[in-house]
Amino acid sequence: MDRDKLEMRPDAAAGWPDHIYAALKANGITQVALVPDAGHSRLIKRCLADNEMTVVTLTTEEEGVALLCGAWLGGVKGVLLMQSSGVGNCINMLSLSHIHRTPLPMIVTMRGDFAEFNPAQIPMGQATQAVLEAMGTIVHRADRAEDVAETVDATLRLAFNTFRPAATLLGQRLIGAKTFGKD
Amino acid sequence: MAEYPNRRDVVRTLLEDRGELMVIAGLGASAWDITAIGDTPRNLPLWGGMGGAAMMGLGLALAQPSAKVLVITGDGEMLMALGAMATIAVQRPKNLSIVVLDNEHYSETGNQETATKHGVDLAAMARGAGLSRARTLTTLEEVPALRAEIHAATGTIFAVQKIAPGNLPLVLPPRDGAILQARFREALLGPAAHHQL
Repeated sequence: MDRDKLEMRPDAAAGWPDHIYAALKANGITQVALVPDAGHSRLIKRCLADNEMTVVTLTTEEEGVALLCGAWLGGVKGVLLMQSSGVGNCINMLSLSHIHRTPLPMIVTMRGDFAEFNPAQIPMGQATQAVLEAMGTIVHRADRAEDVAETVDATLRLAFNTFRPAATLLGQRLIGAKTFGKD
Repeated sequence: MAEYPNRRDVVRTLLEDRGELMVIAGLGASAWDITAIGDTPRNLPLWGGMGGAAMMGLGLALAQPSAKVLVITGDGEMLMALGAMATIAVQRPKNLSIVVLDNEHYSETGNQETATKHGVDLAAMARGAGLSRARTLTTLEEVPALRAEIHAATGTIFAVQKIAPGNLPLVLPPRDGAILQARFREALLGPAAHHQL
């Protein structure tokens, strides 16, 4: 089986990762914290190729919350890219954004969502939005390619204009369900 | 063996003539320590987010390469962020220093032993991550040289300073995180900090 092909959802023709990149640029994002996810792979490549962006690959997603709180202390705008499972790793650290009133935009690729194959993804995937909202994050979903640009832009604006955590969840219907070669 | 130094003596020495040094302190005793030495807008004492102090320092150091950033935290807080050693070592900004005050105990919660009490070597772990300058200090006499190295800002510093266990009088910083963040940003960025779009 072609491992690379399986891991590279969404397919190379999909334009919405480029729309996210454009929204990051339009909103002056220069620090990009991430734990890689296949759904973000094209966006990550765009960010790595951008000399104005500092990309920090994390060992766990909660590091990114603290990192971006530090970036904001230094007057720099950042974004946290992660998969839905990583939201669970962030829970307590999201307190920092709250207590300091730090803008904290997150762009989350969903697993455990539409047409999931892997049972292990379901618990955290189904809890992702509830967990974020329980920690005071404003959450928007995008399940169609044509909604991505507007939704990500809204999340970035909410975070930086109103000083709080905000997230866009990119649904699995948009990204494509990982099938482990079983489709 | 001589007793390890008092934590406040260490922090007082580290922060002597600090100039424009930006200081982030991990929650608990480290936050009380920097406040006891002197509360200032250039201090960001954390009240929460255990395990986040070093990463917050990294975000700031990358954002402001010309600012000197010092993170002061405890062994318990750093043990919660071992992965951050790898993240920081990959970025290794010249203007970031991390000093771990290691009393081998969770002093805020009843003096339970931490892993460092049992031989876990944070400096060795940091060296393993790639922070080649990581080292352990055991005396107060070594602190002035560390302080000079922090101000020289020629490479990411990771230092474990062994300190005596036990709690000192609480000296609490302001508790409103919004104020702590806003005053810190204004000290670093000027009034423009509040008008950024």
